[in-house]
Amino acid sequence: MKRQTIGIVATLLFSLIVVFFIPWLLDLTGRNDLYFTLTSVALLSIASAGVWLTFFIGRINMGQAAYALMGGYISTILVVNYGLSFWLTLPLAGFFCALVSVLIGLPILRLRGVYFAMTTLVLTEVSKLLALALPITGGASGIINIPLPKALKILGITLIPDFTTLANVKRAFYLLSVILMILCFALLYRLVHSRLGQLWRSLQQNEELASSIGVNISYLRLIAYAISSFFGGLGGAVFAAITQSMYPSNFTVNDSVNFMLNCFLGGLNYVFGPILGTFVLYFGWDWLFRMGKYQLLIFSSVLIVLMLFLPNGLLSLRFRRKSQA
Amino acid sequence: MIQVLANGLYLGGQYALIALGLTLIFALMNVLNFAHGQMYVLGGFITYTVYGRLGLPFIVALLASAITLALLGAAIERFLFRPVIRRSFREESTMLLAAAIAFFLDAIILLLFGEKQRGVPKIINGVLNLNFQLVMPYDRILIGVVAIILILAFILYMQRSKTGRALRALAQDRVAAQLMGVQVDRYSMIGFAIGAMLAGIVGGLLVSITGVSSGIGGPISIKAFMMVMIGGAGVISGAIAGGFILGMLESVGLSVLHSYGDITYLVIFASLMVFLSIRPQGLMGKPWG
Repeated sequence: MKRQTIGIVATLLFSLIVVFFIPWLLDLTGRNDLYFTLTSVALLSIASAGVWLTFFIGRINMGQAAYALMGGYISTILVVNYGLSFWLTLPLAGFFCALVSVLIGLPILRLRGVYFAMTTLVLTEVSKLLALALPITGGASGIINIPLPKALKILGITLIPDFTTLANVKRAFYLLSVILMILCFALLYRLVHSRLGQLWRSLQQNEELASSIGVNISYLRLIAYAISSFFGGLGGAVFAAITQSMYPSNFTVNDSVNFMLNCFLGGLNYVFGPILGTFVLYFGWDWLFRMGKYQLLIFSSVLIVLMLFLPNGLLSLRFRRKSQA
Repeated sequence: MIQVLANGLYLGGQYALIALGLTLIFALMNVLNFAHGQMYVLGGFITYTVYGRLGLPFIVALLASAITLALLGAAIERFLFRPVIRRSFREESTMLLAAAIAFFLDAIILLLFGEKQRGVPKIINGVLNLNFQLVMPYDRILIGVVAIILILAFILYMQRSKTGRALRALAQDRVAAQLMGVQVDRYSMIGFAIGAMLAGIVGGLLVSITGVSSGIGGPISIKAFMMVMIGGAGVISGAIAGGFILGMLESVGLSVLHSYGDITYLVIFASLMVFLSIRPQGLMGKPWG
């Protein structure tokens, strides 16, 4: 009971900080450029949350970039070619990705370990090549000049104002992304700590055993994969709206690998690992930009050292201390 | 058509050598070596430096590549993979380490050799021309033959030597091998070194034909993964088959689908996915690795 209260208070505090305090601080210091960085962190961590969920059922998912790309294209094409509202395309993109992932997941979720990892890696590559080859995606030149999101009105009440009328569009996108991030992670936390989460955990430990005591393993892993892809599509769709352009190279194999690294770095045993991992990796990389040509060298060395001393992720630090005390 | 097949065979030989190193490392340590492509590039640059810049004989350059990469591979296993595997809760952590090593090697290569595409003078001049049915430069034939000889030598080494036997035992069952008195740590290191060495040798061989540039490590790794998947992860015969199959597919695909642009790879990737979902363990692999 007490632990639950601490959790709720901490979540509320975190939400207050990212939604109110950080914009206030950024406006005060005039660091408008940081909005885009933080927005990217929020969106990438949503996609990483999906990867984390597949790790949770014991699968190494290297195909998240495929769903991010797919989500981006679905939203973009619906907005540009069919004139739908961005706010409607956002869930549509997510659900479309979830649907596709069910179809793809049915055969490939039977694979394990490296086999699953490699197949999903190939999936990333396939999606990029498809985006290049299909006529509707505009090939390598992509789709540019995507209009900004319009107002969202329900029963005449404006819930979200028209983004074109806003003075600071970057802040609007920042708020949108962090609120989405909070919602996604709250959902993820709730799922992981529910009955469903317990069943998923059993998949990670031993699928045969789980199956033998009557757990419907193929159904469970399909659900997990669909939710994971939903997150991927969501992240990709918002990303396309922010940059107002969509190219096949928006999400590539590198991004798939990065999503995976974010999860590792944060720690695979902690739901909020992906947020921390994404934040550290993205900011670390950005911050090292001043090192010029040594950027990649220092970045990778730090990663290697981190792996050597904290192979179970950054969040394992906290737990180690607790167990000693 | 003969031309297409010959090209496929030549490509396949190179690919099989790359895949062999990767599959060996995977079989021994259950580590997916993301840095394999970067090791290949490093091998290429060392040969470029020794042969192209210093003007020493090609064979010396190739040996330099092989030895450097073998030492590097042994060091990576001893000081990076071994402690991480011991300490982490989940096996997958090695993937982050492998990816970080790939970035690290990329950075080193970029700093040492720059971002330009580098090539070396041809080893032999001249072109084999059979009635314009088959046109093949002599150096390509030589490299292809060397690659096939190396593959045969590798198989012989694995089948006949004491080290090879120990490595095969390790790949089959790590615990059982340890109980039978195989020094697991030592042979893991040797296996990793051999795997890295193979990547370095192919890099060195190919620098004389296609040249080498710092950015190609990642794509090469992905191709190597594909070959390993086609044949079955951790199986030597599978890696060889996978290499030749991919070489053939590329060669045939590029000539047949040539007019449709980049669609060859789309077809290859898509059919690979279908193939893997029907037969997850590849052609010759054991189920679930």
